[in-house]
Amino acid sequence: MSDTLLAEKPAEKTAKPITVLEALNQALADAMAEDDTILVLGEDVADPEEGGVTGVTRGLSTRFGDKRVRSTPISEQAIIGAAIGASLAGYKPVAEIMLMNFTTVAMDMIVNHAAKLRYMSGGQTNVPIVIRTMTGAGFSTGGQHADFLEAWFAHTAGIKVVIPSNSADAYGLMRSAIDDPDPVLFVENMPNYWTPYPRFDPGHRVPIGKARVAAEGSDITIVSYARMMNEAQGAAARLAESGISVELIDLRTIAPWDQETVLASVAKTGRCLVVHEAVVPFGVGAEIAAVVSEKLFGKLKAPVGRVGAPFNPVPFSKPLEDAHIPNAARIADAALALVKGHSN
Amino acid sequence: MLTNSHHPDAATQVEMFRRMALLKANDERSRKVVTAGRLAIPYYSYRGQEVIPAAMSVNLTDQDYLCTIYRGIHDVIAKGTPLKAVWAEIAGRVNGTCKGKGGPMHLTYPSKGVMVTTGIVGSSMPIANGLAWAAQLSGDGRVAVATFGDGASNIGAFHESLNLASVWKLPVIFLCSNNRWGEHTAYGKTTPVARISDRAAAYGMAGIHVDGNDPLAMYAAAREAVERARAGEGPTLIEAMTFRFHGHVFGDADRYMDKAEKAKWVAADPYPAFRARLIAEGLASEETLAGFEADAEAQLDEAVEYALGAEFPGLEELSTDVFGEAA
Repeated sequence: MSDTLLAEKPAEKTAKPITVLEALNQALADAMAEDDTILVLGEDVADPEEGGVTGVTRGLSTRFGDKRVRSTPISEQAIIGAAIGASLAGYKPVAEIMLMNFTTVAMDMIVNHAAKLRYMSGGQTNVPIVIRTMTGAGFSTGGQHADFLEAWFAHTAGIKVVIPSNSADAYGLMRSAIDDPDPVLFVENMPNYWTPYPRFDPGHRVPIGKARVAAEGSDITIVSYARMMNEAQGAAARLAESGISVELIDLRTIAPWDQETVLASVAKTGRCLVVHEAVVPFGVGAEIAAVVSEKLFGKLKAPVGRVGAPFNPVPFSKPLEDAHIPNAARIADAALALVKGHSN
Repeated sequence: MLTNSHHPDAATQVEMFRRMALLKANDERSRKVVTAGRLAIPYYSYRGQEVIPAAMSVNLTDQDYLCTIYRGIHDVIAKGTPLKAVWAEIAGRVNGTCKGKGGPMHLTYPSKGVMVTTGIVGSSMPIANGLAWAAQLSGDGRVAVATFGDGASNIGAFHESLNLASVWKLPVIFLCSNNRWGEHTAYGKTTPVARISDRAAAYGMAGIHVDGNDPLAMYAAAREAVERARAGEGPTLIEAMTFRFHGHVFGDADRYMDKAEKAKWVAADPYPAFRARLIAEGLASEETLAGFEADAEAQLDEAVEYALGAEFPGLEELSTDVFGEAA
């Protein structure tokens, strides 16, 4: 279940790292070059508007033309509606909703239409769109610009949800999302846009629905995704100093999540801790905890643990924001409690 | 402003009536079947509003796109969707347009351009924009039509859609059937402008206010909008004035409706008026028109029995069509 795509051709990798932002730009450019039905739309996405507020789509309109890469008005319902309609007619739009909080403005289009048109039409129509959106606390943007809302979408049948943690996955998941015949919500984690990660092979794909075992271990399984993978890795290093061996799983896809990989790991370690940046109540961790508990009841050495943000909006003031975001120390403490407190 | 330069020839007028006859008979049959307890469905009668889809559809081809709403079965049928498939769908049967998984509020029939039927007020418009965008990119000359009611002109998606369509000059037609009621609430209590078509000006778009119960005027409005779209000159908002003869949803006794206003509109029922005029002007004979009506009834006899005698989808359909096969 480890990332064989990366492991297969290590010789082709170059030493120069690549940021998540560059990887996303490369994925869009490569896909558009291969398939002229791929369109990009969203606020500020074309080059006269600087290729988006963070530059993910920079260069695309210059290269592929302003018919295929269009900046839109600030109209989230219109953006997703246009993407849906064009997809019904055979195009593959990649629509950007600048921030995840703004998806709320377009929820009708996403939840009632994009996710359901295949089912309600009895399979006659489908909506092969990608909805790109970014989020993540750490920039003092306050309560309306940094929420992780992936559980809302994962709770809706008919839409897939992916969240990469590094450049290779950002590229590979984006290519798979564009290829997918159904709507995919593609969540980008703003705080790690500019983080350099190892380079990947051109054309590399990461299948939707497959998790990656980032590190093997024997005492506890930590399941995480997005930038929290960095914190979980930090936690694993701390725990190693205490002689605790962590198996670390990067979920990569939230819906449908890779139960097989997670259950196999927890069956081996007997302990599971789910870590995400979203608030804990009703979150992705709740679903994973429920399934792990149900499937592995009797084999668990401890209750499934969860680490996430406390149940409050993202605060503005820096010390409060820092306290809101889960970090390596909190994750290590929670893991330690599970290992020490409940070991047989 | 409407130029009124488009006049339907005799054959087109007769064809519009033929479609109206089918739509009227279909609505009456639907209410009869529900009343008799043969079907338990949410049903939104469009009786009284038949001119608008008849006049619009004769200006469209099977390749043109339609996004309609829950009170839009007349749009779906006028666009050419086979009656048997429609009835099987509203009866939830496996041989319906959507295998019984859409129902009366979610009819889809792409081979006739029926791409979306939505149960959410106002949501036909953003998607029609996307279909029109695809037509613009492909240069295939198709137009997209979004139908909706007056209540939909107050949701955000209406304003976002008109703005985007105008700024992108999309070949889309926003066709509002203003029947004066948004669910149970009168137009004047929810909408501060006398005419919805006036809102077109705010988006730099052509706006047409038309009597949607006048077949000739409605034809001219539809024709003008379709020609504008096909010529690459951008979108049109048509406000077609009409009236629904029944409550919001079947079973609603419409006690909130002003009785005098309703009586006035029902007395001016466009169906018998158009029928009488076609005969008076010698455009069609009584026999021809009666033949359309008899044919509609016969088609409905067949469609209803076909639908009610058909199989329900197997339970394996419960979880199919959620996702397709990944590439």
